[in-house]
Amino acid sequence: MPVVTYRDALNQALREEMQRDDRVFLMGEEVGVYQGAYKVSKGLLQEFGEMRVVDTPITELGFAGVGVGAAMVGLRPIIEFMTWNFGVLALDQVLNSAAKMLYMSGGQYNVPIVFRGPNGAALQLSAQHSQAFESWLAHIPGLKVVTPGTPYDAKGLLKSAIRDDNPVCFLEGEMLYNTKGEVPAEEYVIPLGVADLKREGDHASIITNGKMALVAMQAADQLAKDGVRVDVVDLRTVRPMDYEAIRASVEKTNRAVVLEEGWEIAGIGAQVVDFIQRECFDHLDAPVIRVHQADVPMPYAKNLERAAKPDAAKTIAAVKKVMYAE
Amino acid sequence: MPTKKKNESAVATQSATSGNGKSNPDLDRELLRSMLLQRRFEERCAEAYALGKIGGFCHLYIGQEAVSTGTLSILRPDDYVITTYRDHGQALARGMSPRNVMAELFGRADGVVRGKGGSMHLFDRNVNFLGGHGIVGAHVPLGTGVGFAIKYRGGDQVCICFMGESVVNTGAFHEALNMAGLWKLPVVYVIENNRYGMGTALERASAIHDIYERGASYNMPRAQCDGQDVFAVRTAMQEAVDRARRDQIPTLIEVRTYRFMGHSMSDAVSGTYRTKAELDEYMKRDPIMLLRMHMQENGELTDEELQRLDAEIKAIVQDAWDFADKSPEPPLEALYEDVYVDTTSDSESQPVPAD
Repeated sequence: MPVVTYRDALNQALREEMQRDDRVFLMGEEVGVYQGAYKVSKGLLQEFGEMRVVDTPITELGFAGVGVGAAMVGLRPIIEFMTWNFGVLALDQVLNSAAKMLYMSGGQYNVPIVFRGPNGAALQLSAQHSQAFESWLAHIPGLKVVTPGTPYDAKGLLKSAIRDDNPVCFLEGEMLYNTKGEVPAEEYVIPLGVADLKREGDHASIITNGKMALVAMQAADQLAKDGVRVDVVDLRTVRPMDYEAIRASVEKTNRAVVLEEGWEIAGIGAQVVDFIQRECFDHLDAPVIRVHQADVPMPYAKNLERAAKPDAAKTIAAVKKVMYAE
Repeated sequence: MPTKKKNESAVATQSATSGNGKSNPDLDRELLRSMLLQRRFEERCAEAYALGKIGGFCHLYIGQEAVSTGTLSILRPDDYVITTYRDHGQALARGMSPRNVMAELFGRADGVVRGKGGSMHLFDRNVNFLGGHGIVGAHVPLGTGVGFAIKYRGGDQVCICFMGESVVNTGAFHEALNMAGLWKLPVVYVIENNRYGMGTALERASAIHDIYERGASYNMPRAQCDGQDVFAVRTAMQEAVDRARRDQIPTLIEVRTYRFMGHSMSDAVSGTYRTKAELDEYMKRDPIMLLRMHMQENGELTDEELQRLDAEIKAIVQDAWDFADKSPEPPLEALYEDVYVDTTSDSESQPVPAD
């Protein structure tokens, strides 16, 4: 099977879906002539022309709204935010226009649109460029929220997101673009809302999403050396959430750690823990522990940034704690 | 530079009383009927609101009917309309059913959006009416997006994007008009300058007071016209719509109008921000009265015909009220409907729709 980068996997998904459906177009800052701030859209302008690969002014609120309007009358826009940190400027269009249109039009106008771009912290970009937004977006009924962690997932999920007739927020990982993985040469799609059991074990469950799936795998590798076998449940999509995958894992291992990139309060982990305590209470042998970013804006200094971020060591400590193995 | 500024005074001379050059009694009657329907309909809205049949926010359009009627009377059925929360008048002028609009205001199952939106969110796919939007300025980029889609698929439709004058101070307005001017999109931005954004006068909110001049920032043709005179509105819109359809060039039109009611049902008609004397002065230029006088002076309308028309329209509105009153509340299962559509694009090769 070909090994490709996460970046190229996304590029393949965009190209294939634009070839498949003339209504699909890509719009955002630097997506065309510059070939993408992170080169995800490399070559697309040359193949599809400037009507379908549209460079915009720096105007997130505006072009997100342009996408919503175009989607209401039959097109299928892919709106790229150079980062979701800038996507914040467009949140009104995402949550007030895209997410609510179908409902408040009584089912008349759906909005088949993808808002996509890198999410979460990279390296030393400090406070305003290092935020994970999945919990903000997942709060909103009407949106789907997808957070692929591997090249395989990135391609299959993006293709599904583009074909979905609802607004989909697609959160990529800036630190993932250069990561590599096997991606089939033949066509495939991954349905939204289905988790992936990325590692099987019976001692504890690590439930996670997005870039943290890689951290969870690193933790799982380390733990395996100590004879600890963990399930790694990669939610992949956080809205809708694959609760049955969580249930199946927790009922097997009886211990759970929830790992997420963002902050603690009202985070994705809060939702996962709520489900576990309600639905898996009798199966639990220990309280569920969450691993997340420190409750501070992201600092710049290397040591402080490291201290703020969730990582494999913190995850391993949490797993040992739910196993009473400290 | 494609900018073609309309001479303000030239437009202003196109008054209802002097006519627009040639008389067209059938058209005039249609215009009067459209405006009268909006007026009578909303008078009953105020009554229904007082009775608690309509809830939430309810923004009446009374006084501005020449803008909706004048603008929409020159559109094709396949053109698009998008607007703000003050949307009853435009919905009716675009041909939405008074029955279903009233049922929506009453929060009933037969409402145009099945009781999900209410006064601020009227939508009707049958007449390409894209809503009724509640965040000031937010729908303007959507209008630009509709223009983008028209251009993308090579169509010759036009999108009319209505808004109040307070919108021009939002970032969304600036971003949206910049892209429309940059990309040459077939959108006509119609600013209904009714002088007040809620209770804040234009002069207290905008650094410039001739709002249409904002079009200069976007290299956009622009015009100002008298919004109490339906013929002046039609003249300005015809030019802008033709330009959008033919040349795919957007236009910004400032229509000077006035709302005769409060901002919503929760404030007094004149309030603390304007005087009764000012209101009385503007009411001398009631758009319906001006059109009626024009028609009567031209011998197009007798008193008897006017009474007959008014009675007919009152009956339509009463019928709408009765229909809405009898319509059931939405079923509870509707609560969870229309949050998501249950479909995906599953065909291999999709044509770009050319509707």
